[in-house]
Formats: sequence, structure tokens, C-alpha cells
Amino acid sequence: MIYALCLILIVIGLYAVVTKKNVVKIVIGLAIAEYGINLLLILIGYRKDGWAPIVSPDMDPAAFAASSVDPIPQALVLTSIVISLGVLALMVALCIRLYERYGTFDVTEMRRLRG
Amino acid sequence: MENAIPLFVAIPLGTAFLIPMIARKLKWAPDLLGNAAMLGLCAMAFATVGQTGIYHMGGWSTLGGFKTPLGIDLRLDGLSSLMLMAVNLIGLAAALFSVDYMKRYTDKGRYYSLFLLMVAGMNGVVLTGDLFNLFVFMEVAAISSYALVAFGCEHDELEASFKYAVLGSVASAFILIGIALLYGITGTLNMAHAAGNLAGGGLPLLLATGLFMCGFGLKAALVPFHAWLPDAHPSAPAPVSAMLSGVVIKALGVYVIARLVFNIFGPAHELLTIVRWLGVVSMIVGVFLAIGQWDMKRLFAYHSISQIGYVALGLGLGTPLGIAGGLFHMVNHSVFKSLLFLNAGAVEHASGTRDLKRLGGLNKGMPVTANTSLVASMSIAGIPPFNGFWSKLLIVLACIEAGRPWLALAAVLVSLMTLASFLKVQRYAFFESARAALSQVREAPLLMRSAMLLLAALCLIMSLLVVTGLESPLLIAPAVQALSGVFGSS
Amino acid sequence: MSELPANEGMSLIVQTVTRWLKAFILLFGVYIVIYGHLTPGGGFAGGVIVACSFILLTLAYGQRRGLKAVSRGVAGEMDSVGALIFLAVALAGMIAGGAFFANFIETGEAARFTLPSAGLIPLSNIGIGLKVGMSLFLVFTVLSAMHVAVSGSRRRMISRGEDDR
Repeated sequence: MIYALCLILIVIGLYAVVTKKNVVKIVIGLAIAEYGINLLLILIGYRKDGWAPIVSPDMDPAAFAASSVDPIPQALVLTSIVISLGVLALMVALCIRLYERYGTFDVTEMRRLRG
Repeated sequence: MENAIPLFVAIPLGTAFLIPMIARKLKWAPDLLGNAAMLGLCAMAFATVGQTGIYHMGGWSTLGGFKTPLGIDLRLDGLSSLMLMAVNLIGLAAALFSVDYMKRYTDKGRYYSLFLLMVAGMNGVVLTGDLFNLFVFMEVAAISSYALVAFGCEHDELEASFKYAVLGSVASAFILIGIALLYGITGTLNMAHAAGNLAGGGLPLLLATGLFMCGFGLKAALVPFHAWLPDAHPSAPAPVSAMLSGVVIKALGVYVIARLVFNIFGPAHELLTIVRWLGVVSMIVGVFLAIGQWDMKRLFAYHSISQIGYVALGLGLGTPLGIAGGLFHMVNHSVFKSLLFLNAGAVEHASGTRDLKRLGGLNKGMPVTANTSLVASMSIAGIPPFNGFWSKLLIVLACIEAGRPWLALAAVLVSLMTLASFLKVQRYAFFESARAALSQVREAPLLMRSAMLLLAALCLIMSLLVVTGLESPLLIAPAVQALSGVFGSS
Repeated sequence: MSELPANEGMSLIVQTVTRWLKAFILLFGVYIVIYGHLTPGGGFAGGVIVACSFILLTLAYGQRRGLKAVSRGVAGEMDSVGALIFLAVALAGMIAGGAFFANFIETGEAARFTLPSAGLIPLSNIGIGLKVGMSLFLVFTVLSAMHVAVSGSRRRMISRGEDDR
């Protein structure tokens, strides 16, 4: 099933978050996981042989509702992309500041908080 | 009143964007605007007592002849009203405290902007009736809190914020997958309509439930999802710690779990068992990990995990008494935990350290801080007549009534260990004789003192909520009704 | 990491092409914002393209030129103004239309599928487009301007943590 491919993408992203030691790679892994989730959201709204959800002047609303792809997941994905943009920008800024303070991007060396 | 519901989100949002523009010209503007906004919100929150209502955004009714509802609803019921009061009151106290405390950091304008965004996000979470809107507001509050934890840009603040941001984003990712699956099953995002359409869920429903428990469990810092909390809460500036421990983990975590379990999925036996066990494990693990701590704020953070465990235990019992106990403990914990963090902030402001081994004898130099800290410690340990005693009593009685005496015993033992922990804090920080380096400490400035006194007064006043009877405390009964449909007349 | 050299931008080809194209990219972004209610796109996508035009200018000519086009102060102000426009539109809906974000501008059946249709939505798109454009440009400028001066004795290259173990 095509959903399996989405899930593989999400799992790859989460794998990168869990195992990588470079802070920037963790951020990239999170971005990949977010791509996978957005793809999953759009796929949930898919209808086989459906039209794109854009209404043109000569279209009948009932026919549109019956045969277009579901537009709600597309709106959700737009919002989700914006949110992940915000988080990504914040985490990249944190990475830069972390480098400034610790001199390294290696997570295993940032262990001042313990216990 | 119904028309004012969107203002709970609009006012902090507008002020948050107004402050950076004005802060350039007027130096005192951020403090004034920030505190005025919080005061207004607090007043509005108290005006929502006893009111319920549904507000359709954009004026779109859900009965417009379409099969599934259009538009986003904002719903105000007993539980939302309770959470609004908690969030805005603690926000007011923290904002008052920040006027003096944040002088040591740069750029108060951006601080207040982020703070108000966090409050706007939390107000949105407790008011919304739509699943994806919940996600959006949760992210607004979460991103602001990641930035606020890193506000000082020192080593530990950045490290804590990074860890919190990664774990929080993974949790949000799980929640989004859960929402996607739930939309696929029910075809609607409106919470009330989704609740009726869950039949025939099968595997996707099970997966969605699991993902929601993991995601919101991490936001609520239940064990085993608690790893970010002991780093993030101590490293943040004191008023931000008070907000984080006091309201963020409740509005973004416990409140949503309560809504999901009781209103959307229905209180099934297995779901309640999961919540109950998460609660018990958090309670016990939190207090054991807290015993060995010597950093004041880290100790308080571990106790937050433990007390949230109490709340989850109360909610997980499923009986009206249990839910009342859980919700009462939730608001009580907001008050006394934020008071404890503000005290730690005042201590740090005066003496420059949070390490219990280096503090001592602050009783003489800082009477207000010491006394409010004593009130808060007695509340969290469950000593009458403070509010913590009543909520813990409710939870213990609910455990016994539900036929689980071992859980009641565990709750009492954890309470005793909490008492031991806080006796240690009181002795080392406040009671012993002052060291030479600390002989010059002076009391905290006026606004910081007034914030602490406000919360300490609340610790006493909130015990009075049980005057209407142990089973239906004054403000808690409508909230219990909203969750479980009991108490027909409240 | 040593101090960043004074960046002169990129090669002559890139600079020439940028000089011709930057106005068109900005215009295209504004088009996507304004026609957001009729064609795909809208506030966020158009705002990103607007930000990209300024980012392209910065990349091709160097930071000084980019900041001369939109300085950090102006970007910050426009950012807040965009958000406040959005909020004002929503509150206007509340005052004039009775509900938050109610669509109170009615243009009737005849004007469907043309530019002034869909009431409030183009106005809110403009607010969002302005905010996102300025915001992203500000993020890019601030992140790229951080001269990472590693404190004291810990200066070293991107560390051994770069390889996975």
C-alpha cells in the first residue's frame, strides 16, 4: 500500500533523530519526518481519479463535491508546513548558538545537565 | 459573553505583535502592555464562571444543511472555564514577577511578546472544539516555550531548549499522525462530531489512540516521556519556569488527555487503565528521582512530574470523585508549583545561586519569600489547611471508593516522601544560619513580592472551594460535569 | 570558525541575472498573494516568494546591499504590521459582521471568480503575505549574519561528531 511508503519516510526521519550525534543531522531528520507526515495527510484525502480541488466558473458544485479530492487535508498540510518552518528556523538558530557556546555540534559533548 | 470568547486569543496575540513595534520608542511599554493584557485576560476569565457557550468562527453554523460540520468552533464549558482561570491567573502572577526579574536579561520586548504568544496558544487550546485547531494552538504555545527556555542563551539553557524542542517536535509529529488517522476514520475534525463517528475504527483507531497517548503524555511529562522536563524547567528564567510547570504541562498535556479520554474516545476501561498506570508510575518515579537533588529548581521540576502523576491517577479512576480530585489537584498544583518556582527565582535574584548546599538562613533576610515558600511547601506536601491537603484527600478517598486500596497507599506514601523532600528544601535554604556570603541578601522588589503573596493567598483561599461538599467543590463541579456528564444541575 | 570575510556576493553572471529578475520575482510573489482566493497559493506561498526575491538579492550582491533594500528595523516593523493587519481584518469581521472573522464584504453573484470576490480573504492574504515575506527575510538575515565566535579555547573545526559512530 502506498501508505507504507509514507510510514517508511517517517521512520527514516525518526531514526535519524534517535541515532545521529550531529545536532544538525537531528534537525534534518526531524524535517524528513515532517515531510513524511505531510505526505500521509495528503494521501488520506486522496480519491482515485479525483479532480484537483479548484472550482472553476463553469463547474457544478454537486459534481465538484462528488468527484474532487478532499480539500481539507490540503489545508491542514499548508498549516503544518508553516508550523514546521517555524520550528526548523528556531532549531537552526539554537544549533548556531550551541556551536558558539560548546564549540562543537556533537550532542554527546553537551552534557552539562545531568542527574 | 459568547461574543467575547475569541478575545481570549485575540487580545494576547494582538498585544504580542504590538509590543515589538512600540518597544523601540518607549522603554516602559512592554511591561505596561504585557501586564495590562494579562490583567484584562484574568478579569475576563473570572467572568466566564458558570457560563457555557459555543462560538462559531466566521459565523458559520454547523447546521447549514451540510452533512459534516463546516468551520471551527470555540467551546466554553466548565472545564474550559477552570483552565482559563488557571492559565490567566498564573500568567498574571508570572508577568508581575517578570517586571523586575527580567531586568538582568536583554530585550524585554521580545520576552513579553513570546510570553503573550504562549498565553494565547494555551487559551486557544482550552477553548477550541476542533482537533486541528488544537494542534495549531498547541504548536504556537510550544514554540514560544522553546524560545523562552533558551532566552538567556547560556550553556545549559541552550542545551535544555534543544532537547525540549526535539522531543516536543517528535511528540507533535506523533499527534499530527494521530489527527490524520482520526480524520481518516471519522471524516471530520470537529471534536463533538468525531466523538459520535468512531464506530468501526479497528486498527487505525487503536494506532491513533496509542499515538495520542504518547504525544500528549510527552507534553504532560508523564513517565516514561518525562526526560525533557528536568532540564527545561530549571534552565528557563523563573517566571517562565513557573508558567511551564504551572500551566503549560497542564493545558497542553493533561487537559487534552482528559478531553480525549472522556469526551472523544469515551472512558473505556483499557484507556482509563493506561492513564491510571501512567499516573502511578509518574508519581513514584518522580518523587524518588527528586530526593537526591540539590538544585532547588531541578528538585521542583521532578516534583512536578510526581504531582502530575497524582492528577493522572485521579483522572484515570474514572469515578466522579476521582475526576474531581484530579482536576482540583491540577489547579492546586498550578498555584503552589508556580509559587515555588517564583520563590526560587527570588532566591536566585537575591543570592545568585540555586544550589541548596550553598544557601542557608534566608529566613531573616527575605521574610516574604521564606513565608510564602513555607506556605507552598506545606501545600504540596498535603498539610491542612492548605489546598494541597484537600485535593490529595479527594484522590485518596476516590482510590478507596473505586476499590483500589493499594493505589491509595501509594499516594499517601508518595505524599510523605514529598514532605521529606520539602523539609529538606526549607531547612537548607531558609532555616539554618546564614553564611557569610549571604548576609547581605535583601528581600525581593515590590512587584515580585506581590506576585508571590497573591499566589500564597490563593493557596489558602482555594481550600475554601470544598465548602460546598467534598464531592462537588465549588468551581470543579462544572468541570467534572463537562467531562463525565454527572452532576446534572451544576 | 574564523571571522567571515566581507562578502562581495557571487559572480558577474549571477549578479546581472539577479538585477534583471528581482523585480519580476517580487511581482510574481505579490501576484500569488493577491490572487490567493482564485488560484493555488495565497498568503504563505506568496510571502515565501517575496522573501526569496530579497534573499536572492542578498546572496548575489552581499549582505550590505540586501540590508539596504530592506533593513532589519524595517523588516521587523513590517512583520508586526502584517500580523496586525490580519488581526484587524478579523476584528473588523467581529464588529461589522457579528462574528470573529465573519466575511462581511458582500460582492454578490455577478462578481464571482473575479478579483474582488471572496470578501475578507484577499485582505487577510495580504496581511499574511507581508508578514511571512518580511519574517523569512529577517530569519535569513539574522541567521547568516551571526559571526560565530567560539568562546576562548574551544575553537576548532566542525568536530569529530560529524561522522556517525
